[in-house]
Amino acid sequence: MTFDIFLMQAFNGLSLSTILVLMALGLAIVFGLMGVINMAHGELMAMGAYTTYATALLFEKFMPGLKDIYFLIGIVAAFAVTFVFGFALERGVIRFLYKRPLDTMLATWGLSLILQQVFRHVFGPKEVGVPTVSWLQGGWAPAAIPGASFPLSRIFIIALALLVSFGVYLLLFRTRWGLRIRAVTQNRAMAGAAGINTERVDALTFALGCGLAGIAGSSFTMLASTGPVTGQQYVVDTFIVVVFGGVESLLGTLLSATIIGELQSTFEFLMTGSMAKASILLLVIVALYFRPNGLFASKVRR
Amino acid sequence: MPLVLSEFRLNLLAKYLCFAFPAIGIVLIWGYGGILSLGQGIFFGLGSYMMAMYLKLESTTSDSSAQALSEFFGSSLPDFMVWNSVDALPWWWEPFHYFWFTLPAMIILPAFIAFVLAYLNFRKRVGGVYFSIITLALAAIMSIVIIGRQGVTGGVNGITDFKTFFGISFEAQGVRTGLYFVTVALLLVALVVGRFIIGSRLGKILVAIRDREDRVRFSGYDPAMFKGFIFAVAAVLSSVGGALFTLQIGLASPSLVGIVPSIEMVIYAAVGGRLSLIGAVYGAILVGAGKTFFSENFVEYWLYFIGGLFMLVVIFLPEGLASLLDKLTGNKNARAGAPE
Repeated sequence: MTFDIFLMQAFNGLSLSTILVLMALGLAIVFGLMGVINMAHGELMAMGAYTTYATALLFEKFMPGLKDIYFLIGIVAAFAVTFVFGFALERGVIRFLYKRPLDTMLATWGLSLILQQVFRHVFGPKEVGVPTVSWLQGGWAPAAIPGASFPLSRIFIIALALLVSFGVYLLLFRTRWGLRIRAVTQNRAMAGAAGINTERVDALTFALGCGLAGIAGSSFTMLASTGPVTGQQYVVDTFIVVVFGGVESLLGTLLSATIIGELQSTFEFLMTGSMAKASILLLVIVALYFRPNGLFASKVRR
Repeated sequence: MPLVLSEFRLNLLAKYLCFAFPAIGIVLIWGYGGILSLGQGIFFGLGSYMMAMYLKLESTTSDSSAQALSEFFGSSLPDFMVWNSVDALPWWWEPFHYFWFTLPAMIILPAFIAFVLAYLNFRKRVGGVYFSIITLALAAIMSIVIIGRQGVTGGVNGITDFKTFFGISFEAQGVRTGLYFVTVALLLVALVVGRFIIGSRLGKILVAIRDREDRVRFSGYDPAMFKGFIFAVAAVLSSVGGALFTLQIGLASPSLVGIVPSIEMVIYAAVGGRLSLIGAVYGAILVGAGKTFFSENFVEYWLYFIGGLFMLVVIFLPEGLASLLDKLTGNKNARAGAPE
């Protein structure tokens, strides 16, 4: 394998990893911190993707001159829509189920079916694509490495993923709000006794996780088209990333997404895509057997 | 039932009943064992595919047109293998020429796989949500592999087009009705076995493990053993359901193996009541019939119906319709406590 093939391979793996990171961050908050198994996470991503699509349509119709910046607005809109939806979902459904984590899985599965049908009604059963903005078209071909070319859109997603991860880190570990979130997720009763409004923290945390799913969906539109069942195809991968990394560790989520993304792209080089995916899942199951709490689980006394 | 229903409806009912088998298994492992498996489709698929392989080989060797086709291509292979230019029957297809192999295999193989999987994981104390996600991933793997290896599994289309069963044509008069009775009889056996397990000491230990696993371990029991055993029982139930399904519908398809059908099986158990064996049966019939009714009459809305039903049941009736019936009949404390 020559150097440039190796480099392209590594880059492909990396851009797959960043998509996984974006998808898994939200889930790591909702599932890892709050213990809610949100099977509708994939549909929330699809919601973010559709929001971006709708933004693109609106810009095309009313502000064709500003077409080039629609994508940035789309990301913000996707975050806002899924955030609000997540807030409503937590208040309406999830808060009744905190003591029954397995039931959250079933209730959100019902929700995901409903959302799929909503997408089908509103946007039609066909997959929709979003036009790539002009400044993200083309690729960056460094002169030092002949034969290698990196698509700008993927570089943008990598940057976005780093930015979002850093933002989440700051939010959780460097702000008062983050402190409250961590307090509530560690011991709800005690946090409540210390004067924290646990209900509000719960709702906002859940909404934040959903909002991150929206951002993932929004960036996802640059790589593939979106259909009503897009979410369902990715939700298992997302869970695998979070579980593999160790649910309580955000750093673990980042690392496991990187490992899985790189492995996937390497395996795809060696065998067919579907077999690559099956092998990855199998590897993760074996890894979980040896490290039941995930690769990077923090040592906690239970 | 056969007296009042047309053959078409009877066939549909039998189809729902096939899904009652995995649902009964889920009541045992989830309601009583506290293990939520999102991969019962794996075992349903195992049973279904093994039955399909036997039927396919029987059709290929006995049916005259299939025989002619294989003469033409110079080998007696199932038609989809010929189309995918596979030139020899894979070794693991060979034993399925014989029914005396197929029938025990449909019981033993799923039980073995399930026991090993569950025992290893539970001994390592991989539990709860993690185990659910592992089973979910396994279901995903199985459907990916089946679709990916089209030449030997039939791919997306599955294995279809069976002609005979023990030399009896599927078209013959009364075969469908007969199969229906076989299904009902086996379902009754499954219910009796389930009842027996719950009523026995094994069932009591299982409930104890569900509620306080550490205490059971300190009392000198090996919870992994018990959980592995009950998981194997559920896998066998699932496999039997799958085999019967293939007989009824005449196909084995990857769409019965993956994540969506696996979760639907949990839905049947949850709607019926996770602590009620008979609830699993009417959960399967009710949701199955609901799906058919809504998809026949309001094609666009059936997903709303099933999704909404599911959310309502989980939020308002955590023990399913069975608890509603208990309340209506004033039958209190009928079940062995609430889970979790």
